[in-house]
Amino acid sequence: MSNPQQLRYSKEHEWLSTAEDGVATVGITEFAANALGDVVYAQLPEVGSTVTAGDTCGELESTKSVSDLYSPVTGEVTEINEDVVNDPSLVNSAPFEGGWLFKVRVTEEPADLLSADEYDAHTAG
Amino acid sequence: MSSTESTGLRHTALDALHRSLGATMTDFAGWDMPLRYGSERDEHNAVRTKAGLFDLSHMGEITVTGPAAAAFLNFALVGNIASVGVGRARYTMICQADGGILDDLIVYRLAETEYMIVANASNAQVVLDALTERVAGFDAEVRDDRDAYALIAVQGPESPGILKSLSPKVSTSLDQGGAPIADLDGLKYYAGLPGTVAGVPALIARTGYTGEDGFELFVKPEHAVELWQALTKAGEGVGLVPCGLSCRDTLRLEAGMPLYGQELTTSLTPFDAGLGRVVKFEKEGDFVGRAALEEAAARAETNPPRVLVGLVAEGRRVPRAGYPVVAGGEVIGEVTSGAPSPTLGKPIAMAYVDAAHSAPGTAGIAVDIRGSHEPYEVVALPFYKRQK
Repeated sequence: MSNPQQLRYSKEHEWLSTAEDGVATVGITEFAANALGDVVYAQLPEVGSTVTAGDTCGELESTKSVSDLYSPVTGEVTEINEDVVNDPSLVNSAPFEGGWLFKVRVTEEPADLLSADEYDAHTAG
Repeated sequence: MSSTESTGLRHTALDALHRSLGATMTDFAGWDMPLRYGSERDEHNAVRTKAGLFDLSHMGEITVTGPAAAAFLNFALVGNIASVGVGRARYTMICQADGGILDDLIVYRLAETEYMIVANASNAQVVLDALTERVAGFDAEVRDDRDAYALIAVQGPESPGILKSLSPKVSTSLDQGGAPIADLDGLKYYAGLPGTVAGVPALIARTGYTGEDGFELFVKPEHAVELWQALTKAGEGVGLVPCGLSCRDTLRLEAGMPLYGQELTTSLTPFDAGLGRVVKFEKEGDFVGRAALEEAAARAETNPPRVLVGLVAEGRRVPRAGYPVVAGGEVIGEVTSGAPSPTLGKPIAMAYVDAAHSAPGTAGIAVDIRGSHEPYEVVALPFYKRQK
């Protein structure tokens, strides 16, 4: 498993892309997807809603459990991944690509997001 | 098979093999067991359509021998164990004196005076203790055989073919000296006989917990790796995959099979669990729990308690054990097991609900999923039945 260098990570196992025109993409890491097992249902935040860094903004259901989805940043949701809503297994098969979850117009970013190397170390423990 | 590392968990004879296959392991009743090897949904579907290979060595085997073995088990368990033919198996339960379920069991009659009981891993010690206590006064012996066996199951429609390719030999009975059966056609569902598979001595049982045809092979732990590898090779061309406990749970749930700790507990009698049929009042003599169970049976007849039903989701949110079942704003039951069903493609659950809401098709039922009432339909169990 390798975590893409260009992304940043939260300790709750979300990834955040570099913002383009102020809008960043959010997903969960491969580590998190593997820990969940087959994702069968994704409840994502509504477009237009405000998400807050560190707060829950949705949930992911797998065969064995349900897990809260945390937003790594604060901002307004501009888009959700309808492909994942229709086929949640994308979160398992392509967590860093086709399995992205939502896009957010970032207004505030916490200072403690991790680099890929720092996230590697975080999950190795 | 009982090796313990610093985690305190017990490891099966197949532990190294699971790790080499990249299994995600989980603590199950003190055992470090494979939860899944890859996608649990793919493993589930393989068992439904092809075949799956399971390590179930955590299950607890207890052997009962002696001239009074049959009479003893008729006293200790709720079923008519004396009526089980040699080479046959029976699903039964062991209850407390107050009728509460201690465990559900499969009992194999290996010989006229020899039975093997398979208990759930989480209850094996409790069952062993209860049997040891109840055997007093009977000319029979209770033996802890938990470490004597590894258990490998091959389940699914391709499982007979896979096993047949490994030259299985079973004998109709050690005691009766019956002619050996050269293939598996003589081994019916819920039969179990000593024999060999792939040259390995095994108790070959046609039982399982998946709702599919399949076999459970009890072997000495030192033979487990050899047998697992032979089965893997035999199943290569027909889609056999290693399967973890995660899919075993969704398979049994679809098949409407109860799981101890979820649908069955000491606070319920078999009649409360809709399984009163396993209690055989007509058998001779007293048995532990008889008086309490007769009362429970009468109560279930006149004033039914909650009823175990199936629930199928209209939406996509998954019910989990402990979630309330509601109707008209009132709590009318509780989910005991819930999961996304790979076969039905939607969430399903088993739940105990008030009898008034238990009829299949009952409208207006919802499961309270973390505060939101999601509509569910009451259906008859099982959710899935294989085509024979």
